[in-house]
Amino acid sequence: MAYLYLLPAFLVYAAFLLYPLVRAVQISFYDWDGLTLASWVGFQNYADVLADEGLRAAFGHALVLIGFFAVLPTVVGLVLASILNRARVRGLPFFRTVVFLPQVIAMVVVAVAWRRIFAPDGGLNSLLDAVGLGSLGRAWLGDYGTALPAIGFVGTWFETGLVTILLLAGMGRINPELYEAARLDGAGPVREFLAVTLPSVRGEISVALTLTVIAALRTFDLVYVTTRGGPGTTTSVPSYEVYNRAFQLGQVGSAAAIGVCLTVLIFAISFVITRIGDRGDS
Amino acid sequence: MRVGRGERTANYVILIAFALFALWPIVTVLVSALGADDTGAQGSSFAGLHLGNFAQAWDIGRFGTYLRMSALVSTFVVACTVVLSVLAGYAFGCMRFRGQTVLFYLFLLGIMMPSEAVVVPLFFDLRAIGLTDTFWAVAMPQVAQSVAFGTFWMRAYFRSSSRVLVEAARIDGASTRRILWQVLVPLARPAIVTLVVLVFMWTWNEFLIPLVMVTDESLRTAPLGLAFFQGQYTSGFTLLAAGAVIVATPVVVLYLFLQRHFIAGMLEGAIRE
Repeated sequence: MAYLYLLPAFLVYAAFLLYPLVRAVQISFYDWDGLTLASWVGFQNYADVLADEGLRAAFGHALVLIGFFAVLPTVVGLVLASILNRARVRGLPFFRTVVFLPQVIAMVVVAVAWRRIFAPDGGLNSLLDAVGLGSLGRAWLGDYGTALPAIGFVGTWFETGLVTILLLAGMGRINPELYEAARLDGAGPVREFLAVTLPSVRGEISVALTLTVIAALRTFDLVYVTTRGGPGTTTSVPSYEVYNRAFQLGQVGSAAAIGVCLTVLIFAISFVITRIGDRGDS
Repeated sequence: MRVGRGERTANYVILIAFALFALWPIVTVLVSALGADDTGAQGSSFAGLHLGNFAQAWDIGRFGTYLRMSALVSTFVVACTVVLSVLAGYAFGCMRFRGQTVLFYLFLLGIMMPSEAVVVPLFFDLRAIGLTDTFWAVAMPQVAQSVAFGTFWMRAYFRSSSRVLVEAARIDGASTRRILWQVLVPLARPAIVTLVVLVFMWTWNEFLIPLVMVTDESLRTAPLGLAFFQGQYTSGFTLLAAGAVIVATPVVVLYLFLQRHFIAGMLEGAIRE
């Protein structure tokens, strides 16, 4: 009986997600250009992920993006949310709506907007001019040194609102008596934050980190629309390499292997962060 | 909590600065889309707002076609996801059967699985059976991804919904099917609305799957159309900005109306991303 209710969902899920995943693992053991006969290469494609300098660099870039997408928004979000949580501010609903807005806009639109801001005659350079730092101006996405941080900065913009709202929700659930007790003990804002706020939102922090780290590892649209991995290969990331290798370079086996590695990495990170977050509760 | 005057002022300064930062790119696009064409072409203006840019982008960029495709795909994916997820969530949430745990973990796997992992075999296998460059190649993989999340979402809801209620209905002689459609589903409306909102947004904004699955221009979704419009139309930013506004508007309008559902859904069901 239960199986009948489950069957339609399971069929679609198995055909379009589970089976392709199995096939991805299978393809990853072959050297294949997508057209001619594939030849078995065993774990060679996986070895390449570690050995190939370009691929290693792509995974390295993903690490940099984790700093921008996950670490920075979590730190900023913690500060912002704890400030907002201390005082009753008017207009909080409006603020919440505005800072969450980036989450609902298509990444392609976000990328188009930021390309404009980073352009040589764009908003960022005008802003620098206005504060007398015009000499720092450049084509941010075309510069070897700044292209990757520029993309990372878009991630910070995109994720900070989400993290802040998530942490605010968590802090709203803290028992006010805990703060009163801390104050009676003579705790200042910083001690209060470290002793009461931070331990209480450990669960929210772990959710925020899981979400944002995964988002960082899956940055495809943003890279595709802004830089296509360039200049040179300074902004190539694993998800872009999957697309690039499978559909531009004809290295399908290698692309599948990168996709599998990315999946394993995402599972592992979610698992570890969730475990660390859970341990705090018990 | 009472805080000093200085701290309150500082709070507002921080709030406003942060809100401005969040709005910066959005305002940039809006201002450009409403401004005079930066390629020098003359357009009519209404109260200084060049609304003609939208009409021009609509024609040149063929956004009418893309929006239609996006609307079709999103409607189809949302409808399929809701029906399939309600059924599967009901089985997981209210019934006991063999292999329940294993099957549930299998669905959970799908929530975390990135499209990057499956898009390569999907393309080559669908091409082999002649399905690439069709509506189905864009829609079905997204139904599968959303069903994984939807099943998880509805299961959580049905589990928390009152067991007493289900028992009472059963004693009254209602069949399993009637309990679902006449007792549980009407009560589950808030959960279903949130699911609809999230799946609609994810489908509307999806980029990789349509990019890989279709080359036919008439099958492009709105974000895909925008990305290609950017490649072709590089002489000015005005029309590109107008196109960007057209692509973003449906979800943003929905968000402004249903933000409670958006925010609650994103925070609770957050594991999918």
